[in-house]
Amino acid sequence: MEPKPIYLDNNATTRVDPAVVEAMLPFFTEHFGNASSIHAFGSEVGKALKKARGQVQALLGAEHDSEIIFTSCGTESDSTAILSALKAQPERNTVITTTVEHPAILTLCDWLEKEGYVVHKLKVDKKGRLDLDEYKSLLHDRVAIVSVMWANNETGTIFPVEEMAALAAEKGIMFHTDAVQAVGKIPIDLKNTKIDLLSLSGHKLHAPKGIGVLYLRRGCRFRPLLRGGHQERGRRAGTEASASIVALGKACEMAMLNMDKENSEVRRLRDKLENGILSQISHCFATGDVANRLPNTSNIAFEYIEGEAILLLLNKLGIAASSGSACTSGSLEPSHVMRAMGIPYTAAHGTIRFSLSVDNTEAEIDRVIAAVPPIIAQLRKLSPYWGEKGPAANPEASFAPTYA
Amino acid sequence: MWEYSDKVREHFFNPRNSGPLEDANGIGDVGSIQCGDALRLMLKVTPDTEVIEDAHFQTFGCGSAIASSSALTEIIKGMTLDDALKVSNQDIADYLDGLPPEKMHCSVMGREALQAAIANYRGEEWSDDHEEGALICKCFAIDAVMIEDVVKANDLHTVEEVTFYTKAGGGCAACHEGIEEILAKVKAERAGPGEVSPPPPCPATPEAPKPPAKKLSIVEKIKVIEGVLESVRPMLQRDHGDVELADVQGKKIYVHLKGACSGCMMEAATLGGIQQKMIESLGELVQVLPSSMMPVEA
Repeated sequence: MEPKPIYLDNNATTRVDPAVVEAMLPFFTEHFGNASSIHAFGSEVGKALKKARGQVQALLGAEHDSEIIFTSCGTESDSTAILSALKAQPERNTVITTTVEHPAILTLCDWLEKEGYVVHKLKVDKKGRLDLDEYKSLLHDRVAIVSVMWANNETGTIFPVEEMAALAAEKGIMFHTDAVQAVGKIPIDLKNTKIDLLSLSGHKLHAPKGIGVLYLRRGCRFRPLLRGGHQERGRRAGTEASASIVALGKACEMAMLNMDKENSEVRRLRDKLENGILSQISHCFATGDVANRLPNTSNIAFEYIEGEAILLLLNKLGIAASSGSACTSGSLEPSHVMRAMGIPYTAAHGTIRFSLSVDNTEAEIDRVIAAVPPIIAQLRKLSPYWGEKGPAANPEASFAPTYA
Repeated sequence: MWEYSDKVREHFFNPRNSGPLEDANGIGDVGSIQCGDALRLMLKVTPDTEVIEDAHFQTFGCGSAIASSSALTEIIKGMTLDDALKVSNQDIADYLDGLPPEKMHCSVMGREALQAAIANYRGEEWSDDHEEGALICKCFAIDAVMIEDVVKANDLHTVEEVTFYTKAGGGCAACHEGIEEILAKVKAERAGPGEVSPPPPCPATPEAPKPPAKKLSIVEKIKVIEGVLESVRPMLQRDHGDVELADVQGKKIYVHLKGACSGCMMEAATLGGIQQKMIESLGELVQVLPSSMMPVEA
């Protein structure tokens, strides 16, 4: 019998919790009304949306439920936030962000640069940390918005966004955080921060795909991305995806309940997995700021081998993880996050991200710890950069191909 | 996940002829760790017949790179060197029942390793003849350097032409924006500074040009020009540059770009942006040129 598959790719997406599915199902067939309608079909839905808004508000620690705007995904929330800040403040032309953001931010910023805006990308050190002095020196009156992720999707490294938001607020600059990876994994209390805008994505916390939220602090100047109907107080037109919104509300409620488990049990299993791998295999290391990261994420760089090959062999054993290697993304460059941290190419192509959730068990982690070492040994045996017992004496010199 | 054929999977999970080869007399190393693909092909050639008696590989790379290497060694074993040189990357892909389009470069690497190993056996120098740039067209693995060279050499102007000449853009069409950018860059280089007018730097404030009520005197005109330069100065200073008015000759406004702005790759774009602002503020068409282009007085 095939062993049950082990899912360790929860930073990519999560399983929709059965309780969440149960909560949303009636909104397809029974409560199918349009929340804007005056009749009973609509008002039932309206009440459910209000409840969901309150559940999201509670998880984020927002002061008002009207600060929650439902969107279609994290990317929409990110785009809305940054474009809104630029539209609402035409006298400001600069965006500050980081080199390790998700493509939802970076690709948008690259496009904005082409359109003539100024984008400053804060660099990170080899552990993926920001230089706050550099950041402070860039806060001037032409900056429309700062957008810094709360936690990195690849390494789990947490950025000091609350402190950074306070610094921006002192200079009257809007602050947005892409908190897609952080929400539900670490406690958030927005009312006691200076964060103006925050993006979250439902499918990262056991809600379905296709639902996101933009938190917009009351009083923060705003221009909608989608114009049309009066939904979401005119800040995001389009008929509410009621079933998905109800699902997200339920998922947020469950994330609140699971917050302790996430930060104790999930963290323990993550540490066990990481230590189990690092102690058995030579020439590998955990990337990012390991002392300050999400409790569920471990990103390990295996030197002299390539990530996709590792994933394929793991997959054969029913273990699902992800990689920052070039081949899995279809580009020639390995992950921009690994490159930004200065991880050498010999290791950057061989990074594997294990991301856990409250669904994972001790037995699963034990199986993964046992499965990884033979896979790494098998691939290193094939690698021209690896000798009999370790890396070729001088890998770069002993294997110097014709072109680089 | 990629759609790999069963044959690719099989060769990846059970690679043939992997590991070092004792008494190899032809070795080809290609690829690079930067690109995430590197392959060492080792051949044992019988000197009098030039038949490849044995072939082994070591590969750093993804599933299809390892499978392509394995397939290559199986294909060439028993071949004469001359026959082996006729093996194309398509032959390797066909042997594996096809590769995903994005992975065709793995088979190309296999063929290159074969050429390199045979050259090594024959005591020849093998050099790879293409320079790699950023990958633009992922369907056909065409990079920016290749596209730019072909655009320049053949004076191409449209994406369609680029597709005809290089195949780039002929697949999923996702790279058309990238190809358009290369075309625009080459066009800008052909035109030189001053003659191109790139989009204004700050499209967030599109102000329609307001024609002034009456024709400006030369003094009023220079005041407006100075005002425009003053408004862009903070932006340039932030990038450690500066701008200064040099002269106004009819519809030509000459400026000194100073500090980091002089000689900057973005000079043409900067001047284009200033020119746009000048046109809007003056309500007439003017040309903003670097002071280096001022006519020299006899």
